[in-house]
Amino acid sequence: MPVMPAEAILSCEMGFDQLQQAGSMIGSGGVIVMDNTTCMVEVLERIALFYFRESCGQCTPCREGTGWLYRLIYRIRTGVGSASDLDKLVNVADKIEGRTICALGDAAAWPVQSFLKHFRGEFEAKISSQVAA
Amino acid sequence: MLKVEINGQQFEAEPGSTIIEVADSAGIYIPRFCYHEKLSVAANCRMCLVEVEKAPKPLPACATPVTDGMVVQTLSDIAKQAQEDIMEFLLINHPLDCPICDQGGECPLQDQAMGFGGSSSVFEEVKRSVDNLDLGPLITTEMTRCIHCTRCVRFGEEVAGVMELGAIRRGEDMKISTFLGTSMDSEVSGNVIDLCPVGALTSKPYRFTARTWELNGHKGISPHDCLGSNLEIQEIRGVVKRVLPRDNEAVNECWLSDRDRYSYESVNCNDRLTMPLVRRGENYQEIEWTEALDLVSSGLGQIKETWSGEQIGAIVSPTASLEEFFLLQKILRALGSSNVDHRLRQQDFRDDLAAPVCPGTETSISKFQELDGVLIVGSNIRKELPLISLRLRRLAQQGGEIAVLNPMSFNHNFTTAQEVIVKPSMMAIVFASIARKVATATGKADLLPERLVEFATRHEFGTDVDAIADCLTGDDSDVLILLGQIAMNHPDASMLRQIASWMGENCGIRIALLPDANGVAGWVAGCVPHRLPGGRSNASPGLNSKKMIDERLKAYVLYGVEVSNDYADPVALDTALNEAEFVVSFSTFRSAVPMQADVVFPLAAFTEIDAGYINCEGVTQFASAAVKPMGQSRPGWKILRVLGNFLKLDGFDHVTSKDIITELEEVYDLSEPISVRYKPDLQAINHVVAQSDELKNGKQLDRIIDVPVYSVDPTVRRATALQSTKDADTVALLACAEELEEMGFKPGSRLAVHSKAGKVMLRVQPDDRVPRGAVYVPTGLSETSVLGSFPVVVVQVME
Repeated sequence: MPVMPAEAILSCEMGFDQLQQAGSMIGSGGVIVMDNTTCMVEVLERIALFYFRESCGQCTPCREGTGWLYRLIYRIRTGVGSASDLDKLVNVADKIEGRTICALGDAAAWPVQSFLKHFRGEFEAKISSQVAA
Repeated sequence: MLKVEINGQQFEAEPGSTIIEVADSAGIYIPRFCYHEKLSVAANCRMCLVEVEKAPKPLPACATPVTDGMVVQTLSDIAKQAQEDIMEFLLINHPLDCPICDQGGECPLQDQAMGFGGSSSVFEEVKRSVDNLDLGPLITTEMTRCIHCTRCVRFGEEVAGVMELGAIRRGEDMKISTFLGTSMDSEVSGNVIDLCPVGALTSKPYRFTARTWELNGHKGISPHDCLGSNLEIQEIRGVVKRVLPRDNEAVNECWLSDRDRYSYESVNCNDRLTMPLVRRGENYQEIEWTEALDLVSSGLGQIKETWSGEQIGAIVSPTASLEEFFLLQKILRALGSSNVDHRLRQQDFRDDLAAPVCPGTETSISKFQELDGVLIVGSNIRKELPLISLRLRRLAQQGGEIAVLNPMSFNHNFTTAQEVIVKPSMMAIVFASIARKVATATGKADLLPERLVEFATRHEFGTDVDAIADCLTGDDSDVLILLGQIAMNHPDASMLRQIASWMGENCGIRIALLPDANGVAGWVAGCVPHRLPGGRSNASPGLNSKKMIDERLKAYVLYGVEVSNDYADPVALDTALNEAEFVVSFSTFRSAVPMQADVVFPLAAFTEIDAGYINCEGVTQFASAAVKPMGQSRPGWKILRVLGNFLKLDGFDHVTSKDIITELEEVYDLSEPISVRYKPDLQAINHVVAQSDELKNGKQLDRIIDVPVYSVDPTVRRATALQSTKDADTVALLACAEELEEMGFKPGSRLAVHSKAGKVMLRVQPDDRVPRGAVYVPTGLSETSVLGSFPVVVVQVME
């Protein structure tokens, strides 16, 4: 599910339409709350790893794309990413979204897209500092 | 009909058809990998994503049924972007080894990457690599190239009926595997090579021997079975490199059996005869063509003068072409002999005079899968006619009932409704009993010939025989009785044919009597002793292949026949050749020439001749020579035509092979549908129980005589890759465990098998597919040739 920054979600009622309007989704109804000490790069890496492992491998975009996403984020998290990796990351996620048989591919793409939309600064900082988290 | 718009054009479509089907029939190409019209829809490659109006995202054309008023764009930005993105994903883990890949040049991935892919890649990670599989001698693997389309998996599961390949693991680690590391042993395994859209599965014998764009293709017809599969024979600079299927929905569809695909290997082997030979004492010497032709014409002429033309007999391989059959019988008949026969393994000729023009099938091949029921009598159909078996499998999947009456429970690739397994000597009686049940059910019991009733009542059968009769009866049901090789070459074949024909005539059942190889052409061309070309009756019938040997003629012409493998009783043939004054051998291979041959003509191989073949449906198909004959070997029809001139016979002025066909067509219309039913001939309905009283000291058992799939003709027997398959490893005696125990057989002891002709020691394999009272001993192998074709053997346990 797409991640939402606090200012966008605090005033939002928890409901199907409301969350969609705010730019996320209710999904299964589960919510993860993260405070400002959380490293968003690490969280995205964890999420990407989950989808990489869970992909069944049946259809092309998810089988090939989830591994690619994970490896890009892993590189950034371990301090060896490059600035161009960020656009590439969004680009790969866009290529997966809407092309797969089931929703797992979409679910793998949305966090990447939303993390980079709302927390791109953290990713850029990680790349420019070149220090592993 | 639904109205659909694709790329601005209006089309009508059947309800239930998919976008890709409509686009294909309209000639609009949508890229695809996993989609194949003969396989189920998987929609896993996602390459065929197209834009559909009102759909929130691009949809796979292969899995999306059309709806009325649907508007599809295959070339819009959305569709093209989706296809380009998928192509990028497919290529990130695909090796860039096209220059050393056999698929290069005919690779859908390569072509579609050019047509629908981007021009550069931003992928910087490490590429995936996958361990290769050892699939046996026919298929080589490079699994890193696999794009997981699962065509090969679906082929095995859906078409071939053997799940030899599957996908294991998941995600990026998903890979195609045999699970247990076994080889692919299906008789149609080679088709996965054609199906594979990348170079993951390629042909092992062809590997690295040519580049696809250098190959020239020629139309061939398979001479190995009576289906007449259409071949694409590909050669480079006069050497055949590989054989592919040529699509023909009415015959082989887009498939090919491994036998047809890989038999070409032997035409390039160094066992080929390239010069005429003459025997001087013990040794053979190469001679010029004119000398060889002189020797044969004077040799045959001398026999005719000293004795009579009737002392000449010709035994012809059923794999010969229509032209060869025709000219050979013409020469023989011009010499005053009708002793010409191509039925080399047939035992029972009692019904010859009741025979139709030719055997064959009353149901056209393309309709096999639409029948309601089939009774297979005496056939290991899966190995005998692999592609017919695939159609029968489809019939069974669609709810048709397949019943089987066999001397052994062969492994079928379809589910059978009822199987009756009896020892060979009981087959005719059981079949008579089935006929009686069917006649009773269809109200035709009064018409049953007395003889048939008498046989049917000889034995009381259980409900399984009733169940077979049930499969064959039903309101308006379209059913077929199919007699395969075991039935056609059975000692009671006449009776089996008579019973089948009787049911065909009276009970509204269709029948199929399947001959060896190009046998239909043999009949039509008059290459049988009792019929002239076109099936006209022959006032002075000659001797059939069995009598010719029994009568010990003075001269024999062996045409493409390998003594120890192709003829039913090699020992008798060998003796007859020993006693003959003059033996001519036409052979493609040096090692197939019998040592008694006085003169040997080198025959061109099936890839080297313009040839006509008539399949079991009666359809004449022509093959064109793909390459020049090797060395000094020549197409059979040319040799025979010139031999006719040397013999100073009239009517041998043919310039092309077409002239021969024209001559045949004066007496027979090749386009006419065939009729295969035998006329009633009660003399033929006379059951024989073979006796073997001269043999003692052992247990007398019925012999199940069957030709293994890769032993059918000299060409197949020399195809090295086929001979390395598991199916070729057949030199063993099979008997059920109970039978072996009763004989006192213990693991490690050896078995001696005696027939009237000779004795052989054989490896034993307990196999409960064989019924009590019988043993399976394959024929067509030099190892078992000493046993001849006697239907009864005596088996003795040696300590």
